Amino acid sequence: MSSGGDPGVIDQTTTSPHPAADDEPGWTASVRRRVEKTLPISELLPTKQPAYVSSWVYVFGVVTIAALFWVVLSGVVLAFFGAEWWHVSSIGHFFNSIHFWSVQMFFIFMVLHLWGQFWGAGWRDGRAKTWMVGVVIFAVSIGTAFTGYVVQLNFDSQWIAVNAKDAINSTGFGGLFNALNFGQMYGLHVMLFPIGVTLLVVLHIIQVRAKGVVRPIDDPLQMAP
Amino acid sequence: MDAPAPYIHLGFILISLPNFILICVMVLLFVLALVAPFPSHRPKEPHDE
Repeated sequence: MSSGGDPGVIDQTTTSPHPAADDEPGWTASVRRRVEKTLPISELLPTKQPAYVSSWVYVFGVVTIAALFWVVLSGVVLAFFGAEWWHVSSIGHFFNSIHFWSVQMFFIFMVLHLWGQFWGAGWRDGRAKTWMVGVVIFAVSIGTAFTGYVVQLNFDSQWIAVNAKDAINSTGFGGLFNALNFGQMYGLHVMLFPIGVTLLVVLHIIQVRAKGVVRPIDDPLQMAP
Repeated sequence: MDAPAPYIHLGFILISLPNFILICVMVLLFVLALVAPFPSHRPKEPHDE
């Protein structure tokens, strides 16, 4: 298999892409160079980790992702069959419970992951953006959970929505975000917020993989600021 | 299940018992994660880098 020869001729002996040369023009080559530099496949799917990663504290993040998987999967099923199904039928109750408890797991382990990163100062050595995206995920998740509570279509959701309406009105955002507007709450809960959380989680994982796991605070090989 | 949860009221702290128990469990889980030994898949080989 030859990859040399005339640079103007396409090498048909292989389908794998060639690394973009430094002088190759165009935004596609530029993006490819940037991706190859910031996140090579060996960093995206590593087979080895530093010794300090062998701690249960580093499991909290991936358990949060696992919980998110079940939240989204059960949410898709609930959205497909509707409120009467999830309130009345046995299998509907089951998926309703899966959705509720996987959300509990998502928040519990997200907060444990937050504690681990806070006391481990996970924003060090160029990881500030990773930390900030994590904060945004936390905030959007709270919005997602809140809109979920007010679209259960039961007395509990009505009670929460009526009280939240007063609270949100006191902030001046009641005209934009109306907890009593079921269509708005449902649309946000099943479409906008879940897509936001999922995309941000993907970005967060890419950021973590691009920079690697931060060294412990007392590591003698601490990088210079 | 339909009855309101009991509350703990200590000065300015007001928290439902289920929430208090959950936070205690989370703190316990966090401490356990720090001290519990993590299983290793493979022993260190002499020529392993």
